[in-house]
Amino acid sequence: MKVQLRNPTRTLEVAGPVSIVKLLQQLELNRESVLVIRGGTLVPGDAILDDADEVEVRPVISGGST
Amino acid sequence: MKCRVCREPAVIDIRRHNANFCVEHFLRLCRDQVAKAIEDFHMLEPGDRVLVAVSGGKDSLAVWDLLRELGYEADGLYVGLGIGGYSDRSGQRTKAFAEERGWPLQVIDLRDDHGYDVPTAAKVTKRVPCSACGLSKRHLFDRAALDGGYDAVVTGHNLDDEAAVLFGNTLRWEAEYLARQLPVLPARHGFPRKVKPLVRLGERETAAYCVLRGIDYVVEECPMAAGNKHLGYKEALNAIEAASPGSKHAFYFGFLDRAAPRFADAAPASGEGEVLGTCSVCGSPSTNDTCAFCRLVERTAGAQPVVLTAKGSS
Ligand code: SF4
Ligand SMILES: [Zn+2]
Ligand SMILES: [Zn+2]
Repeated sequence: MKVQLRNPTRTLEVAGPVSIVKLLQQLELNRESVLVIRGGTLVPGDAILDDADEVEVRPVISGGST
Repeated sequence: MKCRVCREPAVIDIRRHNANFCVEHFLRLCRDQVAKAIEDFHMLEPGDRVLVAVSGGKDSLAVWDLLRELGYEADGLYVGLGIGGYSDRSGQRTKAFAEERGWPLQVIDLRDDHGYDVPTAAKVTKRVPCSACGLSKRHLFDRAALDGGYDAVVTGHNLDDEAAVLFGNTLRWEAEYLARQLPVLPARHGFPRKVKPLVRLGERETAAYCVLRGIDYVVEECPMAAGNKHLGYKEALNAIEAASPGSKHAFYFGFLDRAAPRFADAAPASGEGEVLGTCSVCGSPSTNDTCAFCRLVERTAGAQPVVLTAKGSS
């Protein structure tokens, strides 16, 4: 499957099937800090992605201090 | 994963609520949380006219949308900060968002309207960009709210923002800042009321709200934020939250409940406390003859603009 990441924007190829929770563990991402998006909507944590999927892993932490 | 309310398939889990939600019930949860924050802290009255500080990011667009959903007359104000391509793209998104919905948006551009931008101001003042940026935004939002007769200025600060700021202030026991870190600051002479209706929503939730409402926000971060302390605090808190869901909420709301009153008599830290005079240039409240904003405008006048190296689009 294709996994799009941000900051910097890049695409990874990851072998399926894999659950969202496992995918984020593999990528060493905290579930509190990202959303997984497919086709304009959210993918729940227990969803299984297969090789044909294209998802975006979007960070949700913003940094301004004011 | 099933929705706690309707048992249909869920799209999001919120661990601190120990619950999952479908699209409809998640959006309802967000509205309910904002309504509860507004009520609990007496932020707004029904029918209030408010000015929303919009940046094009998830939080400010979400809070604008949520307040409109809840029936408030909410207009936007966008300040163009002149931070290279990031500001160009943020301005475009914000304008498109407002236009699509037909919601009034006022735009102020620091460079066009006041002769400087944030990177140049940072260089001239030899301070971090967020300092000149925050000063400029506070001044312009206060002014616009008073001039426009708005009941309050609304900002998109969420639970994560407030918990991170609280964490930083607590690490150094900044009593004066702790005294002022409240979700609502009442209006005072020359300053409008300021409210933070998103304090009961985490930033994962405000981002999810935008995705599910089809709000095309700027995902890209302000390049000036990279590596700041605030981000480090958020990461630290999220590591704690992952091990112990609900920690951020308990930290922040426990502070408001049990600790904030103990700091109440610490003197205000910034120029928003007991202000005696007015600025001779712009008429805003100021303890000095010229306010901090007008001094910044003076100091940056004629300075060579700082050109940021091109950043890729998001
Ligand atoms: S990160 Fe700093 S410079 Fe950038 S918009 Fe936020 S306050 Fe301004
Ligand atoms: Zn439901
Ligand atoms: Zn002034």
